[in-house]
Amino acid sequence: MSQKNRLQSGGRIDRSKALTFTYNGRQYKGYKGDSVASALLANGVDIVGRSFKYSRPRGIVAAGAEEPNAVLQVGATEATQVPNVRATQQELFDGLVCSATNGWPSAESDMMAAFGKVGGKMMPPGFYYKTFMFPQSMWETYEKFIRKAAGLGRAPLVNDPDEYDNMNQHCDVLVVGGGAAGLMAALTAARSGARVIIADEQDEFGGHLLSSRERIGGKPAADWAAEIVDELAKMPDVMMLPRSTVNGYHDHNFLTIHERRTDHIADKAPEGQIRQRMHRVRAHWVVLATGAHERPLVFGNNDVPGCMVAGAVSTYINRYGVVPGNKLVLMTTNDTAYQTALDWADTGREVVAVVDTRANPQGERIEAVRKRGIKVVTGSAVIDVQGKKRVSGVSVGSIDAKGEKVTGKVQHLSCDTVASSGGWSPVVHLSCHTGSRPVWNDEIIGFVPGATVQKQLTAGGINGTYALDKVLAEGVKAGKEAASRLGLTAADTQLPNVRTVREGTPMALFHIPHTKPTSRAPKQFVDYQNDVTAAGIELATREGFESIEHVKRYTAMGFGTDQGKLGNINGMAITAKVLGKTIPDTGTTVFRPNYTPISFGAIVGRNCNELFDPKRYSAMHKWHLENGAKFEDVGQWKRPWYFPKAGETMQQALDRECTATRESVGILDASTLGKIDIQGKDAREFLGRVYTNAWAKLAVGKCRYGLMCKEDGMVFDDGVTSCLGENHFVMTTTTGGAAGVLEWLELYHQTEWPELEVYFTSVTDHWATMTISGPNSRKLLSELCDDIDLDKDSFKFMDWREGTVAGVPARVFRISFTGELSYEINVQANYGMHVWEKLFEHGAKYNLTPYGTETMHILRAEKGFIIAGQDTDGSVTPIDLGMSWCVSNNKPFSYIGKRGMVREDCVRKDRKQLVGLKPKDPKAVLPEGAQAVDDPNQPIPMKMLGHVTSSYWSANLGRSIALGVIKGGHDRMGESVYYPLADGRVIEAEICSPIFLDPKGERQNV
Amino acid sequence: MFYIYCPHCREHREEEEFHAKGQAHIARPADPDNCTDEEWGNYVFFRKNPRGLHHELWYHSTGCRKFFNVTRDTVSYEIKEVYKIGEQPQVVAKG
Repeated sequence: MSQKNRLQSGGRIDRSKALTFTYNGRQYKGYKGDSVASALLANGVDIVGRSFKYSRPRGIVAAGAEEPNAVLQVGATEATQVPNVRATQQELFDGLVCSATNGWPSAESDMMAAFGKVGGKMMPPGFYYKTFMFPQSMWETYEKFIRKAAGLGRAPLVNDPDEYDNMNQHCDVLVVGGGAAGLMAALTAARSGARVIIADEQDEFGGHLLSSRERIGGKPAADWAAEIVDELAKMPDVMMLPRSTVNGYHDHNFLTIHERRTDHIADKAPEGQIRQRMHRVRAHWVVLATGAHERPLVFGNNDVPGCMVAGAVSTYINRYGVVPGNKLVLMTTNDTAYQTALDWADTGREVVAVVDTRANPQGERIEAVRKRGIKVVTGSAVIDVQGKKRVSGVSVGSIDAKGEKVTGKVQHLSCDTVASSGGWSPVVHLSCHTGSRPVWNDEIIGFVPGATVQKQLTAGGINGTYALDKVLAEGVKAGKEAASRLGLTAADTQLPNVRTVREGTPMALFHIPHTKPTSRAPKQFVDYQNDVTAAGIELATREGFESIEHVKRYTAMGFGTDQGKLGNINGMAITAKVLGKTIPDTGTTVFRPNYTPISFGAIVGRNCNELFDPKRYSAMHKWHLENGAKFEDVGQWKRPWYFPKAGETMQQALDRECTATRESVGILDASTLGKIDIQGKDAREFLGRVYTNAWAKLAVGKCRYGLMCKEDGMVFDDGVTSCLGENHFVMTTTTGGAAGVLEWLELYHQTEWPELEVYFTSVTDHWATMTISGPNSRKLLSELCDDIDLDKDSFKFMDWREGTVAGVPARVFRISFTGELSYEINVQANYGMHVWEKLFEHGAKYNLTPYGTETMHILRAEKGFIIAGQDTDGSVTPIDLGMSWCVSNNKPFSYIGKRGMVREDCVRKDRKQLVGLKPKDPKAVLPEGAQAVDDPNQPIPMKMLGHVTSSYWSANLGRSIALGVIKGGHDRMGESVYYPLADGRVIEAEICSPIFLDPKGERQNV
Repeated sequence: MFYIYCPHCREHREEEEFHAKGQAHIARPADPDNCTDEEWGNYVFFRKNPRGLHHELWYHSTGCRKFFNVTRDTVSYEIKEVYKIGEQPQVVAKG
């Protein structure tokens, strides 16, 4: 297809570089410098999608970030699919593939349109709330339907092959927006010696100047901009970021910039290049020079393809050399839009009429239009549009001075394009991100930024300043102010010569009346992307939604990916009118980050795959890998879970590991347990305050198990602490709890008891820890250690000794988490692998068996030892655990948890208490988390007594065992409880002591 | 994201280096064993949630591992001052 709407000359496109692209499966041509939108318009493509609710055909409306309709799916391959790309912001490249994101089977002929027509009345605002809420069980069905119908684009199904990154930046002044105001602010600040970053979402700096026909300093505006850009580019302390959207303005002048580095080159970034980058900028001062978006007017059938915003039409003509139609009708409330009629007429195509809502408009541009012989219809408005897939004509009626009624006869004009302008809305989005509420300004008929706590300045269109000479002056002023606030001597930038255009007063009009009441008039769209109409807003207010925030949510106005950039102000004005209030009284909703959609890739940057979260490995990890370990994640640690031999199931491996340990000797890599070195003359006192048991008399060379509670009396961690010297201890914590315990110790030390002299150091990674456990562990150790007396009476249970193991200095702790004779050997981590391998060299004859966390869990459960975080959940006291032996109430200091434990709620008899559970059927293993009841036949909801916290098959006992909490369980020994399961089975279990094996503890004392 | 001055490191650092630890100046009762349940409950469970100035405890967790206090406006998120443990705020809510 030829580019029938392309001009022979003019614009900033390069006609010598033709590009081919595919839209909806069909090939088109465009030029370098085109956006996808301008190329589609050049080729006469009218329909770029179907609307969300009514499935009406929609065309391109705008030329920038505010575009609501031309939201495309881009990507030539599955891996490079990108949803929600605004065709107006995507630069064209050769081979680009895109398609409309909604419409089935195609946007051109849509099946849903039939439903839209019939169902239009059936889909009022709040439709989804009213229709799809009940019954809840049907939601999944509704959701599929809604998603398919809504056509919001799709994510790729395979991994993104591109690389993204984040970059931290610091600067004196961040200028947001590279238009006239932004360029002047950046130049002035930079000339004053400030370190400046200037970012603009477009490929070229210049903003509005790129499509303007004004002159600055005697030159075309775009040429003037190019000179300023050249000067900035040469300054060493200026960073220029084109194709970079400042998407978020966060606390303390932290801004995020989304830079698209290769999206304009190809589908996939060239080898070795970063596709997109997120700049995380901490700026001393920010200058917002974000400009303004033109508002379309709201009138009947204003969504028929061919209806556009006036300024966008000028942009397509002047910047891209594309006239998006043949016969134009322009409707305006202001002088500025007359330029569009002049631009159109200059292309040689027909301007049917300019329809001005004002009765007697006066201004230079109006005179110029009249001089060209273009018909100007005053005091009138386009009240309705004809045409289905493209505008074919309009109905124009005269209106009263307030713009509330159609007063005279309606005439028909034939045309294919309707450009409208209802004035301009400052782009206050970033200012809103800081918590600042915009303020209505009657003079400029728009919201401007309100007061802010940020170090923020504004210049140009964002202030409602639109005359070019004033915009440039505000840019200079902001640049100077930023410089002087930074303590720099502000440079004085000479303002270039700009001709002032004489303009008349604009009219505050948003919603064009119709001969029929709004509810019966043709649809008048406010928010194109979410199909919100003026009638819908009226209905919402009639249904009682009077707060603008409620109207927004009920109608879904501004909920699309465009965040209502185009329609929100019109919607607020309509709400105000219906409620008989002023716009400032009605107020405005505010905008949140991000300004435009951002890819997950740019947010994540390098923090994916291996770098998503650190992985921690013990010194013996390589051995575990070579010996076929299956791993489990514990915190960030990769811990061996079990070590299956060829052909073994998990249960077979566990049975073998458990039996071997109890019969001979097993070995566990316990390096991941948290280890905190504690020193200082008050270390012992400190331990007494943070543990529930007594520490005053623990002698050098001795170890003790301790429980830690929070102030509420609930257990939060446990472990063994050993006395290394009179003022020196080493504490062990759970693997996952280590960092939290250290922070908690520091908290109490620094804020409550700074007078105690005590120091904490994490030494978790310094030591490799291996536990040998089982009746042959002493024999094995004795083969590798000759400087510690291992005799049972000299190296007793809960003692530790310093010595040499396998030729390496070691601390050996005789502590046990299995109930067997056990030694925990600690060596400097670098020696870990050496000692581990030596143990296996000598252990072969004892069938030394490596085991992982699962066997560790089973062996300790056989002994009724708890695991903090598994058998406790922050609601369990030591008494609930049956561990009152580990609570000392004779300590002089009221240790943490003591007072909490005697709160009224903590001494109730019917608290959930930890007990052992023996299923009646010894082969039945209870699922962890299963809920106990007394009567499994009672009606649902059943009265629940507590849940299973740990449950295993015990090979040593030849039966299933479990730990669990039961209300008042300590007094119910021998009674039965029932566990009704999701699959319909009910498992009966007997409440028993949690110690299933060796209740007297003889095995560890041999 | 906040930009926080650590009074121990004497530098501004990004919020990512810190943990927020809630309301500051919560003194542990001197004699817990003789507190009423209500007094103890107030100490353990009840915290202020002011609109406006709030004195907060922060921890420079991936920095110097020191705790310190921050006076922050919960509406604007402005940090008005930082001060060490044991010191009193200079910026306080009126009334």
